[in-house]
Amino acid sequence: MSAESTDLTRLSAATLADKLTAGEVSSDEVTRAHLDRIAAVDPAVHAFLHICGRRALATARDVDARRAAGEELHPLAGVPIAVKDIIVTKGVPTTAGSRILEGWVPPYDATLVSKIKAARLPILGKTNMDEFAMGSSTEHSAFGPTHNPWDLDRIPGGSGGGSAAAVASYQAPLAIGTDTGGSIRQPGAVTGTVGVKPTYGSVSRYGLIALASSLDQAGPVTRTVLDSALLHELIGGHDPHDSTSIPEPLPPLVAAARQGALGDLTGVRVGVVTELNGDGYSDGVRARFSESLTLLQQAGAEIVEVSCPHFTYALGAYYLILPAEASSNLAKFDGMRFGLRVTPDGGDGLAATAERVMSATRGAGFGPEVKRRIILGTYALSAGYYDAYYGSAQKVRTLIQRDFAAAFEKADVLVSPTAPTTAFKLGEKLDDPLAMYLNDVATIPANLAGVPGMSVPNGLSDDGLPVGFQILAPAKADDRLYRVGAALEALLETRWGGPLLERAPELATAANSPVEATR
Amino acid sequence: MSTISRDEVARVAGLARIDLTSDELDRLAGELDVIVQSVARISEVATADVPATSHPLPMFNVFRADVPEPSLPVADVLAGAPASEEGRFMVPQILEED
Repeated sequence: MSAESTDLTRLSAATLADKLTAGEVSSDEVTRAHLDRIAAVDPAVHAFLHICGRRALATARDVDARRAAGEELHPLAGVPIAVKDIIVTKGVPTTAGSRILEGWVPPYDATLVSKIKAARLPILGKTNMDEFAMGSSTEHSAFGPTHNPWDLDRIPGGSGGGSAAAVASYQAPLAIGTDTGGSIRQPGAVTGTVGVKPTYGSVSRYGLIALASSLDQAGPVTRTVLDSALLHELIGGHDPHDSTSIPEPLPPLVAAARQGALGDLTGVRVGVVTELNGDGYSDGVRARFSESLTLLQQAGAEIVEVSCPHFTYALGAYYLILPAEASSNLAKFDGMRFGLRVTPDGGDGLAATAERVMSATRGAGFGPEVKRRIILGTYALSAGYYDAYYGSAQKVRTLIQRDFAAAFEKADVLVSPTAPTTAFKLGEKLDDPLAMYLNDVATIPANLAGVPGMSVPNGLSDDGLPVGFQILAPAKADDRLYRVGAALEALLETRWGGPLLERAPELATAANSPVEATR
Repeated sequence: MSTISRDEVARVAGLARIDLTSDELDRLAGELDVIVQSVARISEVATADVPATSHPLPMFNVFRADVPEPSLPVADVLAGAPASEEGRFMVPQILEED
């Protein structure tokens, strides 16, 4: 059983789905194998904040019983999944990586969780993240950092480092992430996994604890492009509970991934963004990027150079818009209706009014990065500064959208490295917020414009660590990401003789603890 | 553009309802100054003739069917509250004593 269990965790979601449908394995076996893997490696990786072993196995046994009874099931039924802890799950603790929500149990499910449950995917647990998704390293989690499975001394990216590390270390074949400025794609790049930020509005935000409402988007975190397409089709689509949800149906994503995997990109115009591939990008990142371009060209793609001159202002606009929206969204954490409440000791002789309780609660419950951004956002929105900061940032947003529109006249997709460097050491940038923010320089423009983006692993840098290749498409043309991403993945794996993740070092495994003991 | 003083951070933290320690005020004043100086260069291109964009894909008058649906059970909602009484959130006093 144990040898077989190890093998099951190495399979893609698509392969697991086929085996489950064919009756070659049961969901109970598959789910148990992943829970065993979590017990073995997560003490070292710390991808999960909460494991729901019993619930997951109950779902798995239910799937097996329904299948045995001949019921028609969703193709991914029985394939386990991990969910980022910023997405509310009824009856399962949801903290968003913050002390202020420690112990809170949501009374409802996010729409995407309802879809996962309706399709009967066992939910393994909730994954670690930077507090309220503010960060690029998962070091801002109030519950300790996640470690990169490629090198446990390094960051797994962020904010969704838990989801990416869980998938990279075979603790889950599928995970949900959220991407406000790169929190799905950058962790994908530095852990050698696939991450997709769908078009804004492609996946419902109902039940996603909002960071910046005009930028946030949930999406798939997987090991293969096809698995991302399968998951995107499951969680996407219109939701009346989210007024920013796109009413029209998704383009066919799985079909696009299957077409792309054939490796023919004849007639596809691939635009290289001049501004996203120069100073600040490491030599190894640039070398892998140019090799990938050559592969795309050999597959028939036409490579064109495009300039998006305002992208150099994207980071600045982002770090005004995001904190401004976050300062408003996080006002709900006031110590009154849910989560932490801290009552000041009254030593100053003042009554513990609601206002003083709120200030004390937020002072104690928020970590340093959250305080930094709320105060920055409050400043940018305050009287006298609004026009200069927030108002100017909104204008830059217009300019960036115009840059995208012009670039997509010349190219069907735009490409760049996903992140400027490989994973850095834990602690290396913790005291330098600006250096931390620069990790997202290539991913942020897509969020400001609402366009979809994908990161595909495209090799190892000189330091032996993975790098990612970013593909961007026009809004509502997410299918282009899957076609080009699957083609690049197929071409690279042919060259490598297998997936990049096979080159990751084996993790030492802890003694197995009984699955049934976990919640 | 102006720089952010320690007093300014304290004032804004008050607006944001976040108690900060003296050490946090010292540190944040320096950090926010660096960040604001860095982002301020957007004013180079944010000229008067450029319209503002607040949303990536504008949609207007989004409605859903006006159908009554059950609300969450009161007990479920109050289960996560720091304090409750008689089916309501219990909060500290709202007004100062005169």
